[in-house]
Amino acid sequence: MNIVVLVKQVPDTAGDRKLNPADNTVDRAAVDPVINYIDEFALEEGLQLKEAHGGEVTVLTVGPESATESIRRALSMGADQGLHVSDEALHGSDAIATAKVIAGALGTIEWDVVIAGSEATDSRSAIVPALVAEVLGVPQLTLARKVTVDGSSVTIERVTDSGYQTVSASTPAVISVVEKINEPRYPSFKGIMAAKRKPIDVKSLADLNVEVGAVGLANAWTRVASFEAAPARGAGQTVKDEGDGGVKIAEYLASKKLI
Amino acid sequence: MAEVLVLVDSADGTVKRATVELLTVARSLGEPSAVVIGVPGTAAALKDQLAEYGAAKVYVAESDDLVGYSVAPKAEALAQIAGDASPALILVASTPENKEIAARTALKIGSGVLTDAVALDANATATQPIFGGAISVQSNVSKGAPVITVRPNSFAPEPASAAAEEVTVLVSVSDAAKGATIIDTVVEEKASRPQLSDASVVVSGGRGIGNAANFAVIEKLADSLGAAVGASRAVVDAGWVPHTMQVGQTGVTVSPQLYIAVGISGAIQHRAGMQTSKTIIAINNDPEAPIFEIADFGVVCDLFQVAPQLTEEIGKRKS
Repeated sequence: MNIVVLVKQVPDTAGDRKLNPADNTVDRAAVDPVINYIDEFALEEGLQLKEAHGGEVTVLTVGPESATESIRRALSMGADQGLHVSDEALHGSDAIATAKVIAGALGTIEWDVVIAGSEATDSRSAIVPALVAEVLGVPQLTLARKVTVDGSSVTIERVTDSGYQTVSASTPAVISVVEKINEPRYPSFKGIMAAKRKPIDVKSLADLNVEVGAVGLANAWTRVASFEAAPARGAGQTVKDEGDGGVKIAEYLASKKLI
Repeated sequence: MAEVLVLVDSADGTVKRATVELLTVARSLGEPSAVVIGVPGTAAALKDQLAEYGAAKVYVAESDDLVGYSVAPKAEALAQIAGDASPALILVASTPENKEIAARTALKIGSGVLTDAVALDANATATQPIFGGAISVQSNVSKGAPVITVRPNSFAPEPASAAAEEVTVLVSVSDAAKGATIIDTVVEEKASRPQLSDASVVVSGGRGIGNAANFAVIEKLADSLGAAVGASRAVVDAGWVPHTMQVGQTGVTVSPQLYIAVGISGAIQHRAGMQTSKTIIAINNDPEAPIFEIADFGVVCDLFQVAPQLTEEIGKRKS
């Protein structure tokens, strides 16, 4: 089966992440870029499906030039080739525009399933996989903690607040996964070396059948008007227990009318 | 007056708190219309509660098709209602599924979508915490009627009677929206405590708890407060509690009135899931634990002494 895994390069969560005040977009230079955490799980799922059912895994990234690094990492884990959509016009695109670009890129290749991580650590909007399904008019099988493929039928366990739903669709379909789904493999040395020779096809907007007027900061359907560092939480008090720690907390809660 | 659509979440015939919060805030922005999408009979049980919190109208879209397939039919229904009503604003409580419904609806109707707002002003400018709560942004939708998902526990519900006039909506779900069939729904936890995602008090346990049996300490404290129970990733990975209880970057994000972190060190991944809680209490034996940096009140102690003592004190104050 032809499997496409969506990968996003994001600022490292452990770094001091910032917005660029020049245009209120994510400052991708301020902090080291890394592959989005959950995307490794999406990739692992793609690789396992390939191992079970045959086919190829293509890594698709929409991002600036530096995103190539994340594609190489995915290739070193075992993906077969990369597709990198890179175009300055995309800077500042919102989730809806991003989904249109992803759909446009998918339109240039053969695919049976697209597998994405459920959310990116920078935006945490968690809506791109659903939007890609909407743009393409294909079923969404999102928030999967388990994926089973049987011919052209895909069944997932979709996590809910209290357990899960079993949801099933025919390919082509968009899947998103949650962390619970698997344990991503580490790239082997052999994999890292092999990755250097695997092809990465770079496309710009013009190659995708997506209009310039649909993407970019100026055309976004949402706007960050302003931002500020969150007010520091007022300095709290920390006390050492002297046999009455529980009482002290209760008194604090009562003073705040929380009990 | 500007119509504001509020998507209704309910369980067992009860409107969820998050919906009631949205009806309250909708009243300050226009005239609220509740939208009930579900199986036949859903709206009947909810009408009085919706009237109590100010819904001038209740759009009722009921059919088995709407709940038999994942997400897409609900987006079709909401988009159809929005297309007919031309509201000024659409509000939806932030849950994983609702965000997907909101996004697909927004795309269908040509509107921008904003997720996880914790405040809204009169112009529907949304305040969103980003980067684990380190930065607060003010965002606007620049195209179409804004579709905004709002974090539970962001507003205080206030009752105000209204007519809740029912409007039946006939939605014919397209074939494309029936692509993902829901075969069954499996409940793995008994819902005896409040839902973690929108509880106003959460008590969470971390690695300091030591083992699965000891988690009872957390549960007793939670029950004394009528709280939901959460856990750090370490506890979930160790298999002491189910994944649905995980609070953090890759679990549930909560923003309750009160968050009590017991035996939790407060690593970034955990903080990302609870940092915007209004009041944070920390109980930990390590004075260097990062959780103390964000706690309003913290006690360095043996949690097995202090947590039960706190539970007892709360019990005393109740009686």
